[in-house]
Parts: sequence; C-alpha cells; structure tokens
Amino acid sequence: MTSSTQHHHQPGGPREGRRHTPKVDMSGLYQRAFKEAFFKLDPRVMVKNPVMFVVWVGTIITVLLTFNPGLFGPVPDNPVLFNGLIAIILFLTIVFANFAEAVAEGRGKAQADALRSTKSETTARKILADGSTEEVYSTSLSRGDRIKVIAGDVIPADGEVLDGVASVDESAITGESAPVLKEAGSDVASSVTGGTKIISDELTLQVTADPGKGFIDRMIALVEGAERSKTPNEIALTVLLAVLTLVFLIVIATLPTPAAYIDSPVSVAILIALLVALIPTTIGGLLSAIGIAGMDRVAQFNVVATSGRAVEACGDINTLVLDKTGTITLGNRLAEEFIPLNGHSPDKVASVALAASIFDTTPEGKSIVRLAQQQGASLAFDQRTAEAVDFSARTRMSGTNLPDGGEIRKGAVDAIRGFVRSRGGHVPEGLDHAFEKVSRLGGTPLALCQNDDIYGVIYLKDIIKPGIHERFDQLRRMGVRTVMLTGDNRITAEVIAREAGVDDFVAEATPEDKIQVIQAEQAEGKLVAMTGDGTNDAPALAQANVGVAMNSGTQAAKEAANMVDLDSDPTKLIDLVTIGKQLLITRGALTTFSIANDIAKYFAIIPAMFAAAGIGALNIMGLNSPQSAVLSALIYNALIIPALIPLALKGVKFRPLTANQLLQRNMLIFGLGGVIAPFIAIKLIDLIVGSVGLA
Amino acid sequence: MIQDITTSIRTTVVLWLLTALIYPLLILVIGQGIFPAQANGSLIVNDQGQVIGSTLIGQAFSSEEYFWSRPSAVDYSIGEAAAPTGLSGATNLAPSNPDLLALTEERAEILQAANIAPTADLLYSSGSGLDPHISPASAIAQIDRIAAVRNLSLDDLQTLITQNTEGRFLGIFGEPAVNTVTLNLSLDQR
Amino acid sequence: MAQGFFQLAIALAILLVVAPFLGKYMARVFMGQRTVLDPVASPLERLLFSTGGFSNQPSMTGGQYIRAILVSNLVMGILVFLIFMLQGVLPLNPTGLDAPNWDLALHTAISFVTNTNQQHYSGETTYTYFSQAGALGFLMFTSAATGIAVAIAFIRGLTGNALGNFYVDLTLSITRILLPISIVGAIALVIAGVPETFAGPAVAQTLEGATQYIARGPVAHFEIIKELGENGGGFFGINSAHPYENPNNFTNLLTNIIMLVIPAGLILTYGIMAGKPRQGWFIFGMVFVFYAALIAIAAVGEFQGNPLVNGILGEQAPNLEGKEVRFGWALTALWAVSTTGTMCGAVNGMHDSLMPPGGFATLSDMFLQIVWGGQGTGTAYLFVFLILTVFLTGLMVGRTPEFLSRKIEKREIVLASIILLAHPIAILIPGAITLAFPETLAGISNPGFHGISQVIYEYASAAANNGSGFEGLGDDTLWWNLSASFSLLVGRYIPIVALIYLADSMAQKQPVPETAGTLYTDSVLFTGVTAGTILILGALTFLPVLALGPIAEGFAIAKAAAGG
Repeated sequence: MTSSTQHHHQPGGPREGRRHTPKVDMSGLYQRAFKEAFFKLDPRVMVKNPVMFVVWVGTIITVLLTFNPGLFGPVPDNPVLFNGLIAIILFLTIVFANFAEAVAEGRGKAQADALRSTKSETTARKILADGSTEEVYSTSLSRGDRIKVIAGDVIPADGEVLDGVASVDESAITGESAPVLKEAGSDVASSVTGGTKIISDELTLQVTADPGKGFIDRMIALVEGAERSKTPNEIALTVLLAVLTLVFLIVIATLPTPAAYIDSPVSVAILIALLVALIPTTIGGLLSAIGIAGMDRVAQFNVVATSGRAVEACGDINTLVLDKTGTITLGNRLAEEFIPLNGHSPDKVASVALAASIFDTTPEGKSIVRLAQQQGASLAFDQRTAEAVDFSARTRMSGTNLPDGGEIRKGAVDAIRGFVRSRGGHVPEGLDHAFEKVSRLGGTPLALCQNDDIYGVIYLKDIIKPGIHERFDQLRRMGVRTVMLTGDNRITAEVIAREAGVDDFVAEATPEDKIQVIQAEQAEGKLVAMTGDGTNDAPALAQANVGVAMNSGTQAAKEAANMVDLDSDPTKLIDLVTIGKQLLITRGALTTFSIANDIAKYFAIIPAMFAAAGIGALNIMGLNSPQSAVLSALIYNALIIPALIPLALKGVKFRPLTANQLLQRNMLIFGLGGVIAPFIAIKLIDLIVGSVGLA
Repeated sequence: MIQDITTSIRTTVVLWLLTALIYPLLILVIGQGIFPAQANGSLIVNDQGQVIGSTLIGQAFSSEEYFWSRPSAVDYSIGEAAAPTGLSGATNLAPSNPDLLALTEERAEILQAANIAPTADLLYSSGSGLDPHISPASAIAQIDRIAAVRNLSLDDLQTLITQNTEGRFLGIFGEPAVNTVTLNLSLDQR
Repeated sequence: MAQGFFQLAIALAILLVVAPFLGKYMARVFMGQRTVLDPVASPLERLLFSTGGFSNQPSMTGGQYIRAILVSNLVMGILVFLIFMLQGVLPLNPTGLDAPNWDLALHTAISFVTNTNQQHYSGETTYTYFSQAGALGFLMFTSAATGIAVAIAFIRGLTGNALGNFYVDLTLSITRILLPISIVGAIALVIAGVPETFAGPAVAQTLEGATQYIARGPVAHFEIIKELGENGGGFFGINSAHPYENPNNFTNLLTNIIMLVIPAGLILTYGIMAGKPRQGWFIFGMVFVFYAALIAIAAVGEFQGNPLVNGILGEQAPNLEGKEVRFGWALTALWAVSTTGTMCGAVNGMHDSLMPPGGFATLSDMFLQIVWGGQGTGTAYLFVFLILTVFLTGLMVGRTPEFLSRKIEKREIVLASIILLAHPIAILIPGAITLAFPETLAGISNPGFHGISQVIYEYASAAANNGSGFEGLGDDTLWWNLSASFSLLVGRYIPIVALIYLADSMAQKQPVPETAGTLYTDSVLFTGVTAGTILILGALTFLPVLALGPIAEGFAIAKAAAGG
C-alpha cells in the first residue's frame, strides 16, 4: 500500500482543492512514453489506426526512394536530401503521434499503478464448507467465496458483509481518513472494497467479484487503455477520418496521369508528402490519446467508470435525477424547534420528543435528542425496558414503545395523523398550521404523538448547499434539466426546489418513484443520469443511462450502476457531465482544426507541385522554393501533433454556454484558427528552412 | 422480387402510355391544330410555294449583296453533308486552343478585306451553327457595303435593320439581335 | 456590363418568387393535402394505381423502396434499350435511321434512366422521332419522378415518418408536378416557335440558292420536360442553343427558370414537411449564395472575353465563341451555371468554349452537386452535408450529434461517407485512367490544360448525373460509352441506395427532445459552418484537378495575352 495523502473536503465544496488520491507517480513519464512511441511502430499496432498507417507506409516508400530515387518514376531535384528529409519528417510524424498516445497511456498507467498498489498480493482466510478457515492467496478467491477478515487485514476482495461489525479505513481509495462502520444487513454499510483496511473487530464477507473483475480492476484496465473499447462517437469519427483518408488517397493516386499529360510529372515522394499533409493526421494521431485522457480525468475525480461509453453518455445527459438529501442539501437535517400543540407545554413536548428519538441513531434523531436535552428534557423511563420502533418506508414513522405500554411516535404529519386516528384520538386544529409554517420555511415538519394525543411538531431544518443554485443554472444553460426527489411533503419540497433552483421535483417520493421518473423522462427520448446508494436504488441505477453509485452504497447498487464514486459525493454527477462533454468537444475541435489546416497545406504544396503548369500565382504565401514549400508544410504537419498534446490530454476547456455560443466560440478558435494558423506557421517554417539552406 | 418485377412492368406500361403517347399527342394536336406555323418550324415559303428557309434558322450569307451571318461550324446545315437529317453544331474550341486564335485571325482578315471592322459575333462562331442573328453593331458595320451594292440609302437600310432587330425580352433579357434571314429577305423583296 | 448583371439579378429575383410557390405546392402534394388539381388528377391516379397494381400498398421499408427503384429503373432501361435497337423498324423514322451501336444505345439508355442525359450523339442524326418521344421522353418523366420520390422518401425518413410507397410517389410526381407543368409549358413553347411535328426535315432553297436541311420534330413537348425534370438531353445535337429548341429570350427565360424551380422548391418543401420552414429558407439562402457567386465568376469571365481574341479585335469584347447572339454573355453564363448546378445538363452555349472561370464554375457545380443539385437527389445531398456538419459541430458542443432530434451515429456516418466517396471514385479514377492513354482513349480535342478539363468534365457530368459536356471530346467510342456508363451508375445508384438506408435508419431512431444544449440547425452560424464544410470538402477533393484544368488554363491564357 502506498502512503496516501489525505484530504478533507466538504461535499459540494470547492472542487479546486480536490486531488486524486491515491497518490499518482508521474516521474519518468515522458522518457517511458518516448521509448514506448518507438515500440508502437510495429505494423501490427499501426494498422489499427488507418490514418497513421497510411503515414507509416508512406515513410517506408520514401525511405526506399531516398536510397533509390528512381524507383518509382520521376525524380525531384537533389533527390537523396529531399526524399531523405521527407522520410525523416514522416517518421517523426508517426513518432509524435505514438508519443501522444504513449503519454496518455503512461498517465493512465501511473493512475492504474496507484490503484493497483491498493490491492497488492495479500493472503485471505477462506471459510471452508466445514466452517474452518484456510489461508489462500487473495488472487485465488472467486465470486461467492466466504472469507473472514480481522483487525489489521487488508480486505482482499470486494465483498458483502455477512456477519459482524467493524470499522474500516477506506482512505486508500477515497482519501477520507475517518474510518467507516461496516455491518451486515445495512443498506449503506454492508459492502466493502478490496484494498481497504479493517482497523477493528472482524467481519465475515462474501466475495462479490472474481479476481481481476472487481471494479478497481475494471478501472485499472480502462485508464491503462488496455481494454478501452472505442465509444460509439469515437467509432463514427474513426469511420469519417478513414473515409477522408480514402478520399485523399484517391485524389493523390489519380494525380500522376493528368500531371504527366501536361508534361509536369510529379515525383512519388512529393505525392506522398501531399497525401500525408492532407489526411487528418493531427486528429488521427491524437484521437486515442484524447480518449485515454478522458478516462484518466474521470479517474482523477475518484470516479470508477465501467466503460468509456458511460463517460461519453454523461455529456449527452438531458436530465439529472438527484436525491435532495446529500446532493442539494447538506446531508443532515437538524432539529431547530419544537412547536407545541393541543395546549401541551414546551417542556412536555421536548421530553416526548426525546423519548421518541432515544433509539433513533440517524443524525436527525440525534439532533432531536440534542435539542430536547438543551431544553432541559430528560427520560422518564429506563431506556433498557423500552422498545425501539424502527422507521420503515411503509409506515413513515418511528418511535418508542414505553414499558407502560405507551406508544410514542414521530414521523410524517399525515402518517402520525393516521396513527392518532387509529387510536381513537382526534387531530388538533393547529397541526395543519404548524405543518404549513415549517414547510414554508423549507423545513421538514415531523409530527409527534403519544398514543392518541398529538403533542406537537418538530421543525427539522434543511440547509441547502452553498453554490448549488449556480451549478443548476450552469446545467440549465447546458440544456440539462434537474429533477429533485425527496421524501419531503409538497410544500417543503417546493420551497427547497425553488431555493436550490432545480427545474422540477417529486415530493413524498418513494424509491420506486425514482424508476418511474426515469422511465417517464426516457420515454421522451431523454438521457437520464442519477445517483443512488441503496439496494432499492439498484433498479433505477440500472434503468438510468448513467447511474452513479456511491462507494458507501450497497454492492447491489454498485453493480447496477455504470460508475462508482469513490468519494460518495453525489454532486460529482455535475462534473461528470462536464467531463463527458469535454471529451466530445476535444475530438470535434481537433478534427475541425485538422481539416481546416488542409487549405493552407494545399496552397503550399499544389503550386509547388505543379510549378511547371504555370500556377505559381497560387503560391500566395510566397514560399521560397517548391521543395521548401513541401518540406515546410510537412514539418508543420508533424510539429502540430506534439504542440497539441497538452490540449488533447487536458481537453478543450468547457464552458457552461448554450450550444450555439459554444459552437461559435469553438468554431472561431479551431475552425477559423485552423484555417489561419498554418498559413503563418508554414511561412515561418519556410523562412527557417530557406535560411538554413535545406531546400 | 416477382412482385417488384410485375409491379414495375405494369407501372412502366401505364406511365409510358401517359407520358410517351398521350402527352406528346396532346401537344401535337394542339400545336398542329392551333399554331401550325410555329409547330412546323416557322418556315418561310416563297410565292412559288418553295420553302426558302425558316425565320428561326440562320443561313450562310457570304455574297456581297447580303448581310453576312456568323461563322458556323456546320455551315448552316447546308449542302450534301447535312442531308438527309440536317445538322447543328459548334466548333467546341477552347479559349486556349491555338486553332481558335488562327480561325479568328483568318476571319478578321476576311472582314478587314471586306472593309468591315471586326466585331465579336462575326469573329466567334455560334453555338448552334444555325444562329440567324448578328449584333446591331455587326449589321451597321456592313451597311456601307450593302448600300453600295444594292444602291440603297443608308437611312433605308437603317430602317430595315431596325425592323428586323429583335429587342430584349421585356426590355430586359438577352441582347438585341438582327435576324439576317429576314433582313436579307426584306432586302430581296425591295 | 451593368445591363448584363441587371438581367441576372432580375432572373434570380424571378426564381425567388417562383420557387416558394412550387415548394409549397409539392409539400401539399406529398403530405396528401388538397390541391387545385384534385378533380382531374385524383381519378387519373386511381386509374394508374390500380392498373399499375399498387393501390392500397403500404409504406415501404428502406430495402423494399430500394428494390422498387432498382427493379423499375431496370425494367424501364431495358424497354428503352430495346426501342433504340429496334428503331429502324419502328414508326416515325422519316430519315430512315438505323439502330445505333449497342454501346451507344446502352450508354444512352443508362444516361437517360439515371436522369443524366449525357449524349454521345446528335439527336437529329441518331435517334428517330419514336426513340426520342417514345423512349427518351418517357425516361425524362420517370427518371425525374424517381429523383423526386427519393427526395420525398428521404425527407420523410429524416423527419421520422414512414418512407412511403415508391410507385405512388413516382406516379404522383408525374401526375401532380411534371405532367401539368409540362403541358402548360409545352403549349407556351409551341406558341413561341418551338416545333411540334412528326414531319421530316424541311428542305429549303436558301436566299443564296443553296440547299439547307432543316431538322424538325416533336420538339416542344420534349423540350419542356427536358428542363423541368433536370434531364437536359437535347432533341437536337446542339441542345438549347438550337433555335428550334430555344428560339428567343422568352423561351430562354422560361426554360432557365423551369430547370431551377423543382430543386430550388424542394428545399422549401423540406422545410414545410419537416415543420422547419425557417431552416428550409436558411439552406435555400446558402445555396442561393453559392449559385449567385458561381454565376458571377462565370459571367465576369465571359464578359471580359478572350484576351487573345480581344487582341485581334483591338478592344475588350465578351467571349461569344459557341454562343448565340440573342442570349449574349450574361444569359449564357446564367444558363451554364444553372444547368450544371441543377444537373439539368441542357446548354444554350458551348461549355467547351467557356473562358476558364466558366469552366471552373461549371465543374465546381458538378463536383459539389448541391448548387440546387439534381432533381430530388440534390436536396438529399444537401442533407448529407448537413449531417456531416452536424456531426462535427455536434461534437464541438459536447453532445452526441443530432439532426432533427435524431442522433447521428456510426451507421449514418458510414452511409454519408459512402456518398462522399462516390464522386472521387466515379470521376477521378476513370479520369486518371483515361488521361493515361491520351492518344488511344481520351479523344481530347483541345490541347493543353483544357484536355484535362474535357476528360474530367465528362466523368463529372456522368457521375453528377448532369449530362452536359465539353462537347469537343470525341466521346462516341466503346471506351467512353462504357466508362461513362460506369460513372453514371455509380453516381446515381450508390448515393440513392445510401440515402434511402440513411432515411430509413433516421426514421427508426427515437427522437431526442430539444433543450438549451441542442444545437439549433436553423441559424446563420450553423448554415455558415455547413457552407464552409461543403466548400472545404469539395475543394479538398477537387482542387488539384481544378488547378490542373481551368486554373492552369486561365494562367496560361493570361500569360500568352501578356506575352503576345
């Protein structure tokens, strides 16, 4: 295990402070990438990239032409030097493109190594059929095996807690230093991740992934680029680039006979030079680097994606379905005030509230206890003799059964209303008023009763995360609709929705509502993303186009999702949308740039090529000589690849603008810029080539 | 597939009857019935009932007493070379073709020898090879010669040219054009 | 010069007035709405549908639609080929013409069935009246109607509707659009002087006493559908320069506008059928700008004339080589750009004799294929470019590209790419082969750079289904007939098959709702980017041959004029 730098961050707080944990070692990256660039010259590797393969073949031919200039017809002036220079430049073009890919892969590998270090070879105690344990290597574990882990162990594989309670240090993958409690049967806390460390007690686990199939393994494969299958958009783009290459191949292959017809024969080396200058080598050379870098960016965000497709889909999301709690509001609602009803005294209400919440371990419950104690309340019975009544989604209330048979409940106002009526009580007039008052403040009203008597309303205050409103505004400008799901009543939900700036909300939502909301949106052709952590979120996570499970969530949720957020921070979905878009934008921008470049290259090479045809007037750049023009265009073509590597790796900066504004901006930079830049650059290179006397 | 073939054949037959039989016959009947002069080619017939040309089709004029027409690549479909079908055609010489330059030089010399200042339409050959028209400028350039040969006043010739000039359509479209066939015919008829 | 450009401006203004009318009308026809022709056309259509055997047939799938196009076109082509080969014994043969060579007959049949009408012959000396009216005239309707049907099916698919039934659309195109306009137009042409007779050539004693053979025939009915259906195959060898095909500036204006209205109108038809009239107008505007620019290029070149000949004239005069006096430089340039832009291919002046800017403009028209574009297919090609643009721009705004709320994915890009490839394959490859054997194969009549233009023009004309030519080329040879047939077939059917599959796959996609993140395609920005994409893709593919052909020729003439 590597030493992990630990960062504390507020969920939803500023992202700038976030760094990837575990620590990634980038030293020696460029040297390794440079070496790797040469290994990638293997034709079996090159052929996978049709654009660069054409350059590769062109290099071979020009090398031959350097040693035997008369091999294929017409010979240029000074053939050995000229053809040799072309061969060298073409070779460098390929090396640069390979280097770009190798750098991206190298960064991914470094990321992967860091991840991998968390799951170095360990031993595991496998529980055999007879109940005894056996020491085995963790790599021999397979799905379904049962293992025992005790304090001090590194957990050898992803698993589900079957038995026991223990605290686990997950800082290796989340960077969160506080240990997490794991126990069986609990929604959130029953799954453990391989590579984390158990620091107290012991657990019995069922292994949920075969060796090498855990989601850390999948992520490693993805960031390394090893198992990166091309995404649909990338495939479509590759097809387009291959066709453009084919078009140019036809254009160039059909040039010699018309040229010969007008007694202006062209040498094969120049034809190859023109071909390479025209085919989209810039994007062809950087395409896979862009894809790998995109996965890498996801990994840096501490999100595990199961496929590149999922990352790309993030950019297409039309609707985000978000849970209110933890995403829009700070996770925990806190008791703010007790509102007495039915003429009960404030003190009495506080003590009933205390009694109702004494078994409630949720932060809300604890805050009620705290508030009640502040107001001087204390328990009037022995806690050990009382019985806890747990919250359930069906009853929507919880509470305490007293030793004397009294039933104290707190819960949703209408649930309590029903409870009281069923006990023959009646509902006080002030209840609705108190309910409305709390709701209008954006708080959650909880009614409080003992047997058939309603004592009052507890005001649970919700705190909307700072800055969330602005983020939703950005999303809206990007065309992403946000839908908030909350168990709150309509009035509360409406107030919070308005304050947070979401587009829509579903109040009093059950987990089943999630899937309905998603299906309804999808029926309109929308792509939906959601986050979830509970087992009952699993169907919705699977249904959503992008489902992000919290690492703190259950194994079922994680398996249904196509991404897992190691930090368990639901607001990250918003960042993922940006990453997905950035990935597409980078590809589109560099493709546009690459094609726009061709105009200048034509104006450099065509007049040079057909100097004998008297079209010298087309040499609008006033390039030195025909040979210098060809070399300058090619040198530009080669150098632009390394020049754009940083952009390919970082991605084009995404701004939350409307599509039209984005297009305008990117067209100006990459379209118009792509037309103009090479004119200037080729002219400058030509001046240099001329002054050093190469041609 | 069989279905496609039978539907295709049946469709071909009905559409053939409609577009290749009924439609041409309809236009033929209307043309021959209501506008026979135009439908038969706007032919000019002399007093003896002999066809002497068409108002739309140019003729070769190279003798002194006629206004010359434009150079034609097919010699105005005249002579045995054109029999029996009639011809149309152009030189199709490219602007860069030395032959074009040689031809225009040759024509310019002929025109200059005849004391006619060369004009573009008399140097360049026509598209159809049957162009009945020359530009008013080309007609004016020949007016002195005709006046001398035919012993006519310049004013009379000027009037004849004007009478045989087709203006722009709606005063906008095309170029004013002097019909050499009708102009020369009216010279003969004086 | 001002007068000339004034004519051009007014002609374009007329187009702007007429095209929307036809566009709206065509939309009504194909959306099954009521039109004024219903009382006459509906009973006729019922008769045709039932006789043809396709009444009540359901909408076709992409595969069925393609099969129907291919089979019906094949049947029609065979019929026409047989008529040619038997014309010697068929009626209406006043000059006693025999059957042409098989390869010429084959090329002619393919050329007309593909709506190209490339002619390696002169009408008056090769084909009988029966062949012209009964075979070529027939294909002029059906090939144009096939194009319209493809465009309509494409628009339907693009907008998520069923493609429709090919035979129904084929018939409707004829009964509702082509035939009614043809009848009215043909009568107008007869009145204006275009002959319509089965009588043989007139033999005249000319004023100078020579014998003149005046070819005639059933021209008027043929002439109008020739222009309306973007066919372009002249009744006479010299096409619309012939005084019987195009006797005056009324017929010239009428036929020039007529050849533009359907492709121009169809763009607006799309806008209406897709419920996006604004976008229809944006695309229309973009094409209009291309069109006007190319006219300007060609017109200025013709107006400035041939500097070499101007040297003889002693002044600057328009280039009138191969032109008719009545049309002059401006209307010949207008026609040349219109006919190559719309894939009509009729000519009212000789393109071989156009100045290099005219050669550049006409070649560019055919390379791009969208400056109005062919009957129906041109509109569809426009959308191929729109789809490619959407793909690039969609990526640039960070979304999976979508067009008309449908995602553009691999399949669509593959199909669009096939269309993109058709031209280089059908033009550049045979062009290069032919130029490799200039003595034996090429039949080039003009020396130097212009020879390259002649060869490339012929294949471009075939591949774009245009039909015009640099007619000096000696093209009635086995090589030219067969190799041009290859380009004709590749240029016609590969794109049609790809277009229909593209429409089919778009139709089956689940539409995506529009949001602020959707890239609106009806904006100046997007239209401008589309124009840039079209120009760059076109230029990148064809700039080398343009440089070696008209551009080099232009420089050569300028140099010769300056030096001599």
